[in-house]
Amino acid sequence: MNAYWQCLCGIVIREWLRFVLQRTRFLSALVRPLLWLLVFAAGFRAALGIAIIAPYDTYITYETYIVPGLACMILLFNGMQGSLSMVYDREMGSMRVLLTSPLPRAFLLASKLLATALISLLQVYAFLAIAWVYGVQPPAWGLLAALPALLLVAVLLSAMGLLLSNGIRQLENFAGVMNFVIFPLFFLSSALYPLWKMRESSQWLYWLCALNPFSHAVELVRFALYERFNGLAMGVCLVLTVIFSVLAVISFNPQHAAVRRPS
Amino acid sequence: MRRLFVYSALASALLSAPSFAATAYISNEKDNSISVIDVATQTVTATLPVGKRPRGLLLSSDNTLLYICASDSDTVQVMDLATRQIIKQLPSGADPEQFALHPNDRWLYISNEDDSLVTVVDTQDSKVLAQVDVGVEPEGMAVSPDGKWAINTSETTNMVHWIDTATQTLVDSTLVDQRPRHVEFNKDGSQLWASAEIGGTVSVIDVASRSIIKTLKFQIKGVHPDKVQPVGVKLTRDGKYAFVALGPANHIAVVDAKTFEVLDYLLVGRRVWHMAFTPDEKTLLATNGISGDVSVVDVDSLKVTKSIKVGRYPWGVVVTP
Repeated sequence: MNAYWQCLCGIVIREWLRFVLQRTRFLSALVRPLLWLLVFAAGFRAALGIAIIAPYDTYITYETYIVPGLACMILLFNGMQGSLSMVYDREMGSMRVLLTSPLPRAFLLASKLLATALISLLQVYAFLAIAWVYGVQPPAWGLLAALPALLLVAVLLSAMGLLLSNGIRQLENFAGVMNFVIFPLFFLSSALYPLWKMRESSQWLYWLCALNPFSHAVELVRFALYERFNGLAMGVCLVLTVIFSVLAVISFNPQHAAVRRPS
Repeated sequence: MRRLFVYSALASALLSAPSFAATAYISNEKDNSISVIDVATQTVTATLPVGKRPRGLLLSSDNTLLYICASDSDTVQVMDLATRQIIKQLPSGADPEQFALHPNDRWLYISNEDDSLVTVVDTQDSKVLAQVDVGVEPEGMAVSPDGKWAINTSETTNMVHWIDTATQTLVDSTLVDQRPRHVEFNKDGSQLWASAEIGGTVSVIDVASRSIIKTLKFQIKGVHPDKVQPVGVKLTRDGKYAFVALGPANHIAVVDAKTFEVLDYLLVGRRVWHMAFTPDEKTLLATNGISGDVSVVDVDSLKVTKSIKVGRYPWGVVVTP
């Protein structure tokens, strides 16, 4: 047990150090949602309020609406960036050093997922703090209730990132991940607009959004932030986390990089 | 996790301390009904049919009777709140919209929008005591806390009319901004606040000199100034705040009643018009005509906590303990 704990701590500390040392990464992770909140939402500003939908009890501004979606966007980018670092680690060797550990590979990968998730949470709460100062103030207890929801979503998206990274052969492919994974997941979700609004313009776009796992992730966080529980979103996120994690571990192939190394 | 939610729900329920046991009555202009809201549970508990186009609402001083301006029925209905039955119809004159009750609990001052009249009715023997000629399209009504003045606003003449209640005659008028809709005295009766819907302002009038001492203007980021149309005004008894409902701007302005500075704008539903406090003044209810709901404002934190669906075009609101 002690070895496992030591290993987990090691991985978390390594992620933490990387996070601390790469301040630009932290800043860029914050700049992205802040641009959406302070610039996009300002341009889009619905000062007259948007219609009441669950979990909100009254009329809200557009800024208030998009904050949970932007929190999830941080987790989405970090999960995918984690996958990039996996590719990097595999090619540069630090991942192979890790994999020489006698502990089961599943545990090592799970630790890595958890470490990425914990670092992501710090960034999310930094963002929520700035949003609070800006005037988007969910109930204080909601910020606490959102913690388990955010952690689950972070692990889900990291697992998805890991699964994807197993299929990526080159670093440059991250641009492809951006275009084919992050953008569709983000835009075809309830992060930026309520789904009833989507339904008004297109029924099949609505269904794509409703089936998008990222929508469920956003709604889970949105409900938790306002002290509500969304059973469906919770179920979808839990089941997908398990499926993606299992698939990611099974498909993980440390030989990948070695095969391609020029001899 | 679930336990956490239960704890947090409990904690927030305790922290927000709703105004227990208060009951709110809302007139639904298009539904010809009154919605009854239990303020503690924030739910509609009953919907009572009344006369046509109910607008202004008032309570008797002992909170047992509800007076209802049934505008299209050309009458003021009196509802016994114990039985929730209409027990009387008062001769209000045509198209009553707003009214005010004298502190003697008998004289009801009613504005007749189409006839440029204020009708004074004795609520006990249902007799018209007097009819006072005022400006065109009279609307807002208030009686000073000492009972000396009855105030009427005329929407087209843009005036606040001062009626001496001892003689039931108009003695003076004060010019305010365009389309004055509502008037409200502060607790000691030294100030009169009058909203001007088209002018977009609220005039604070010194009662002793009957002159304007301050004109409040409102500006909400991202909302076109034309949409800022002040209607309802409510002042807290402690003299701390004034709340001004800004109509189609969908916001309530919070004003420091001492410095006349606008402190904040609270987002509510569409076309907010009239407001009422719970007896403890911890909660303010506001009717949103177009969105058909009532927004609940927590006065301590100045936050809108909920919007409750009622009938179509809610207009007036009163709250009993």
